[in-house]
Amino acid sequence: MLTLKNLDVFVEEKQIIKDLNYVFEKNKVYAVMGPNGSGKSTLAYAIIGHPHYRLSEKSKIIFNNKDIKEDGPDKRAKKGIFVSFQQPLSLQGVSVFQLLRLALTGKIDPLTLKKKIEKISQELEIKKELIERSLNDGASGGERKKLELLQGVILNPKLMIFDEIDTGIDVDSLKKISLMINKIKKNKTIVLITHYNRILKYIKPDKVLILKEGKIIKEGDYLLAEEIEKKGYSFLK
Amino acid sequence: MSSKKLNFQYRYGFSVPEVSIFKAKKGLSKKLIKKISQLKNEPSWMTELRLKAYQVFINKPMPTWGADLSKINFDEIIYYLKSTDKPKSSWEELPEEIKETYDKIGVPEAEKKFLAGVSAQFESEVVYKSIQKQLQKQGVVFLDMDSGLREYPELVKEYFSKIVSIYDNKFAALNSAVWSGGSFVYVPKGVKVTLPLQAYFRINAQNFGQFERTLIIADEGSYVHYIEGCTAPIYTTSSLHAAVVEIFVKKKARVRYTTVQNWSKNVFNLVTKRSRVEEEGVMEWVDCNLGSQVTMKYPSCILAGEGARGEVLSIAYASSDQVQDAGAKMIHLARNTSSRIISKSISSRGGRTSYRGLVHVGKNAYNSSVYVSCDALILDEKSRSDTYPTMKIENNQVDVQHEATVEKLGEEKILYLQSRGIKKSDAEGLLVNGFIEPITKEIPLEYTVELNRLINLEMSGSVG
Repeated sequence: MLTLKNLDVFVEEKQIIKDLNYVFEKNKVYAVMGPNGSGKSTLAYAIIGHPHYRLSEKSKIIFNNKDIKEDGPDKRAKKGIFVSFQQPLSLQGVSVFQLLRLALTGKIDPLTLKKKIEKISQELEIKKELIERSLNDGASGGERKKLELLQGVILNPKLMIFDEIDTGIDVDSLKKISLMINKIKKNKTIVLITHYNRILKYIKPDKVLILKEGKIIKEGDYLLAEEIEKKGYSFLK
Repeated sequence: MSSKKLNFQYRYGFSVPEVSIFKAKKGLSKKLIKKISQLKNEPSWMTELRLKAYQVFINKPMPTWGADLSKINFDEIIYYLKSTDKPKSSWEELPEEIKETYDKIGVPEAEKKFLAGVSAQFESEVVYKSIQKQLQKQGVVFLDMDSGLREYPELVKEYFSKIVSIYDNKFAALNSAVWSGGSFVYVPKGVKVTLPLQAYFRINAQNFGQFERTLIIADEGSYVHYIEGCTAPIYTTSSLHAAVVEIFVKKKARVRYTTVQNWSKNVFNLVTKRSRVEEEGVMEWVDCNLGSQVTMKYPSCILAGEGARGEVLSIAYASSDQVQDAGAKMIHLARNTSSRIISKSISSRGGRTSYRGLVHVGKNAYNSSVYVSCDALILDEKSRSDTYPTMKIENNQVDVQHEATVEKLGEEKILYLQSRGIKKSDAEGLLVNGFIEPITKEIPLEYTVELNRLINLEMSGSVG
């Protein structure tokens, strides 16, 4: 599904990701963990194509057998990549309906889209007014994360990267979000970037990757996440 | 300015052959003014007012502030054009060319949708008008200004030029001298007009200045919403649009006046809009300026009666080679009066917007409140936005709030939208439309859709 080859990512002159190689497969859930500043969010930004993140020439991002390095973020999204942001911005005067309508122009008629949004937001228990008003305007942390997931569900991508979707939300929201991800994960690649084990109790990862100083230093299964919870990252070399 | 310079596919950039029956020669003279007045069979007081205004126009210097108006050549303008003998009252009676033009701007659809009567101005004369029977039943008068003067001479005489005097400014004087067309609206006491009254304006002759004159009288306790939407074809030489709008809002009446101005980019749009609001009356100006080469327009409310309220909501969008110098004036003369000005401006590709506002609270306007908010969005380094707020407060029992923001289109927001599969230009359009949403939500949906489309069109041009 997604292959990262010799991935180097720079922010201005500083190298954040260093020669990272990994293959993410279809129908699998990955947890990416690691201490603060290890490059987890940078990885997400590099995959979606944030213009501030520069790649080295030898870096390759291969998605469905094609190098997408030269594609802009919108093209990558159209090819089936979705990133849920850690701190979603609020957009004045732009509702989630307007956003999705523009994103799905020609693919879905507005009425069907509206019904779909209503259905998913009911399942996620998103208040109706949050759907109608400006995106994320006056929304709590949990509501923002739910609105991110709502967009992801409706866009129906092949690869979904959730950057700390479990941060700053209460237990009920976490359960709702996890339930939804479990429901839609079939035939997709799910990447959960997280600090905590909490979400992994609800969404069982097939693989756990530990990122440190821009490199994958360890790979394991669910047990690795439990071990980290007990011992912290320092036990890893 | 040549049409080649325009890098923007003007949606309504077409014109049809002129079908005028009487077309004045270029330039202005006393003789021509007399001729216009005579052709219209006007009462002598109007002829005199026109001639007096002409003298004022000649004597007044060009404004030295605001936009550069030196490109206007008054001798190159045709001041009067009459396209058919008299206003037609049904669609079928219209000449084929005119129908074609209206088809392109969608007048019949609008009529079907709103059914509130369409008064469309074609080359200075209202040629198409259909008034719903309901309006007539309610006693509402909705005519072109020329017919208004013919049919209600006393009413017109009582109110005409009483808020905007011929001495007010050079362009109001010019309008008073050569005015033609525009709307005359009278709403009787207690009558609420539920559907908006719409007028479509159109300039269709090269070098032809349009000088419509609108007078609205909303009697005690009445309500009316008047909408003017403008589209114009592109010409290679500059055109002048100098209109005057006077609105009388009587005790407890409420008037909303919505403008969607989309002149082609060679038009000088210099308009004087003013209202006088009596006791507990409400005046709302919703003013959207997208087109023209230069716009100078400052809708005003004279809050004359106790508890009167005035509001100006405005949007200005300036792209390359455009100057939008827009704002508002609020004059508080009585107790408990309140005013609110919300201005949103967008400048892109070297365009220039200015907010120019005056709030004057007189010494008798105790316990009044003033709220001014102007937000500017600048899309690139070449563009510019200025704010010139003036406040004259002569009373210390007044609540005054002023807010101003300037922002750039956030890169992070654009990335966010792109990451959802939205093209960069569409993302910018969406954000710009979001920026003006507090105002566009106040105007009828059809106009909002149109505005959003025009902005998206502009935005896609900027990336191309």
